[in-house]
Amino acid sequence: MKEAEHATVQKDYAGAKLGMWLFLYTEILLFGGLFVLYSVYLQRYPREFAAAAADLNIVLGAVNTVILLTGSLLVAISITALRRGSVRLAQWMLWGSVLTGIVFLINKYIEWSAEISHGIYPGSPILDQKENGEIIFFGLYYITLGLHGLHVLIGAVLLAFMAVYVATGSVHRDDFIKLENTGLYWHLVDLVWIFIFPLYYLLL
Amino acid sequence: MAANDSTTIDRGFLAPTGNGLFGWIFSTDHKRIGLLYMYAVLTFFIVGAALGVTIRLELMAPGETIVSAQTYNALFTLHGVIMVFLFIIPGVPGIFGNLFLPLHLGANDVAFPRLNLLSWWLYIIGACMALGSLFSGGGPPDTGWTFYVPFSVQTTTNVSLAAFAVFVLGFSSILTGLNFITTVHRLRAPGVTWGRVTLFVWSLYATAWVQLLATPILAITVSLVVLERILGAGLFDPSKGGDPIMFQHLFWIYSHPAVYIMVLPGMGIISEIIPAFARKPIFGYWAVAFSSLGIAAAGSLVWGHHMFVSGMSDMAILVFSLLTFIVAIPSAVKVFNWVATLYKGSISLEPPMLYALSFIFLFSLGGLTGLILGSAATDVHVHDTHFVVGHFHYVMFGGTGFAFFGAMHYWFPKIFGRMYNKKIATIAWALMFAGFNILYFSMKILGLRGMPRRYYDYLPEYADLNMIATIGSWILAAGLVLMFVNIIRGSRSGLLAGDNPWGSLTLEWTLSSPPPAENFPDDLVVDRGPYDYDARDYKAQEG
Ligand code: HEM
Ligand SMILES: [Cu+2]
Repeated sequence: MKEAEHATVQKDYAGAKLGMWLFLYTEILLFGGLFVLYSVYLQRYPREFAAAAADLNIVLGAVNTVILLTGSLLVAISITALRRGSVRLAQWMLWGSVLTGIVFLINKYIEWSAEISHGIYPGSPILDQKENGEIIFFGLYYITLGLHGLHVLIGAVLLAFMAVYVATGSVHRDDFIKLENTGLYWHLVDLVWIFIFPLYYLLL
Repeated sequence: MAANDSTTIDRGFLAPTGNGLFGWIFSTDHKRIGLLYMYAVLTFFIVGAALGVTIRLELMAPGETIVSAQTYNALFTLHGVIMVFLFIIPGVPGIFGNLFLPLHLGANDVAFPRLNLLSWWLYIIGACMALGSLFSGGGPPDTGWTFYVPFSVQTTTNVSLAAFAVFVLGFSSILTGLNFITTVHRLRAPGVTWGRVTLFVWSLYATAWVQLLATPILAITVSLVVLERILGAGLFDPSKGGDPIMFQHLFWIYSHPAVYIMVLPGMGIISEIIPAFARKPIFGYWAVAFSSLGIAAAGSLVWGHHMFVSGMSDMAILVFSLLTFIVAIPSAVKVFNWVATLYKGSISLEPPMLYALSFIFLFSLGGLTGLILGSAATDVHVHDTHFVVGHFHYVMFGGTGFAFFGAMHYWFPKIFGRMYNKKIATIAWALMFAGFNILYFSMKILGLRGMPRRYYDYLPEYADLNMIATIGSWILAAGLVLMFVNIIRGSRSGLLAGDNPWGSLTLEWTLSSPPPAENFPDDLVVDRGPYDYDARDYKAQEG
């Protein structure tokens, strides 16, 4: 068997992108399941959801929105820069977007520790004494944002890899599909947050 | 023997690469990955079948027969998990899809060979976790393969690991689907237009979309069960405001479409075998192709028929019932087209054809009983009885299972370059077909008479039919053993089969058997459809 031959099949740019789009679609559906639960329970407990949402820290949520949007922008700049041949700029933009991911997670940590120190977390005695709708709200909140946070983490790790690839030249101006797909992933993480933020922090 | 092999037969992609086992488990060649799936999936199938026979042994007579009640619960859970997630969902796409989808397209591999290998590894990891859940934590899960809450959140058995295994297996399934869709779009050889793609490819394509669109919902649902067990957020717990019915909705939004992930590829196989052994172009190519998409689309909207007795509005019940009946239409289109293809065909009853014909019979019986379950009024009567068990075995085992065995007998000479003993294959088929009907038809009657499923004991009036069913399971098992022995022997020392023993017209048969490692020459151009059989020509040749 000619292993090498199989490994170096001609690069199919459009194919790789199609594959990534399909994958992103499944990611949206993954969150979609949680959004379905959200809408059903919102319809069932509108008053309690509003009360619970009032406890969330809108400022931190808004800051995190800005941070993620910045991260998306940096990746986009990085791709353009690479295509124009400015490897250094591309690389620094990538490290910048990694940084936005880290800052996002730090913010999340601050936000969650404050809530947890108030005794609000799934299964906590304080939360369990609240009304049913509020328990559900916070259950969904921790699970959805936890899942999103996990995606931020994965995205940041991927971006760091890309920064290294750009530096070592294995991703370059004529072959940057890996970078482009990672960028798409990072935009998805952003996009999901764009839904989460109003649903949990603003709408109510 | 082995020494002679290399001189008598060009071993193509099977030829050793010098890397031993690593040349296999790290190979990105779609054909090798297909075979890796085959070995793994068949192993699990045998384990699952053995568990099924054990369940039947317990049910042979009323009262405790061979295992305790708790063991019985673990048995049917594991049997269900193995058969659904390790055999029937990954089976046909993983094995025959990997082996033949690129060949049917005139491609040299799938779009993402390394991702393909990753899918196989995820399958193996998920399978190990599923089996590992037996021996770790609080002991084997006892919830049934559906993991229904609240029991799955409360039981102390090792549900978390099993549910996580399902998550990993789902990921593997998504990646396979993604790979196949991209392959079909990007890698068709020149001349392979959408109208010249085989029906097997069409069915895998439709399946891949269902895999992609439904599996993430399962992933999040089983994750929620695990999270509920760890965190107790209460999403499905009424005492905290959650709703257990929401679990059922989420679960069946995946798992009903999953039924089509199971059966569509099987239908694709039948659409290959029937024209080849009737020597006729398939009747209504586009109808068969589009009915796959129709089944995939309509089948995504009918999950509620599993929940008629769970508490839904009458309106919802009505709608789900109606939609369920609508799925019968594209399914029936396929059956009628197969039968029309057979009409005035020059039929040769080789083993693959026997499986295909029995598929039509068994799948029809399964489908018709499905309508009894799909209409709410009758479903209330037979819900969660052995009628359901009979029904889904007819569809999944009699349908996809028999199509799977048909595929094994059809493509066997292409894969191994050798032939099994056809006489033994026919005897094995006859045993399986007889045993199957004795076993599962009895279950249907038992269910109509009120015997519940997942119960390990029953009233004396059900004793006779249960005994008959158990005897049927022995006949079926004997057929399975015979079939496997025949296949294994054939792959080692069967007679050389030649490149195209059945005279099929699809592209894989233009290659040598086994196919060479690099598939097609670079300048391949395809100038005809896959089913341009001309019945008259063939007869003239024979005469
Ligand atoms: C030797 C072959 C088989 C035998 C003897 C067998 C037997 C059984 C029996 C007796 C049950 C009912 C357990 C109960 O409800 O109390 C059962 C359940 C089940 N079987 Fe099979 N079966 C076989 C093959 C298969 C195959 C090939 C599939 C899938 C394609 C399959 C899928 C299932 C599933 C999903 C369940 C439901 C498990 C649950 O209720 O959690 N079986 N089987
Ligand atoms: Cu269903």
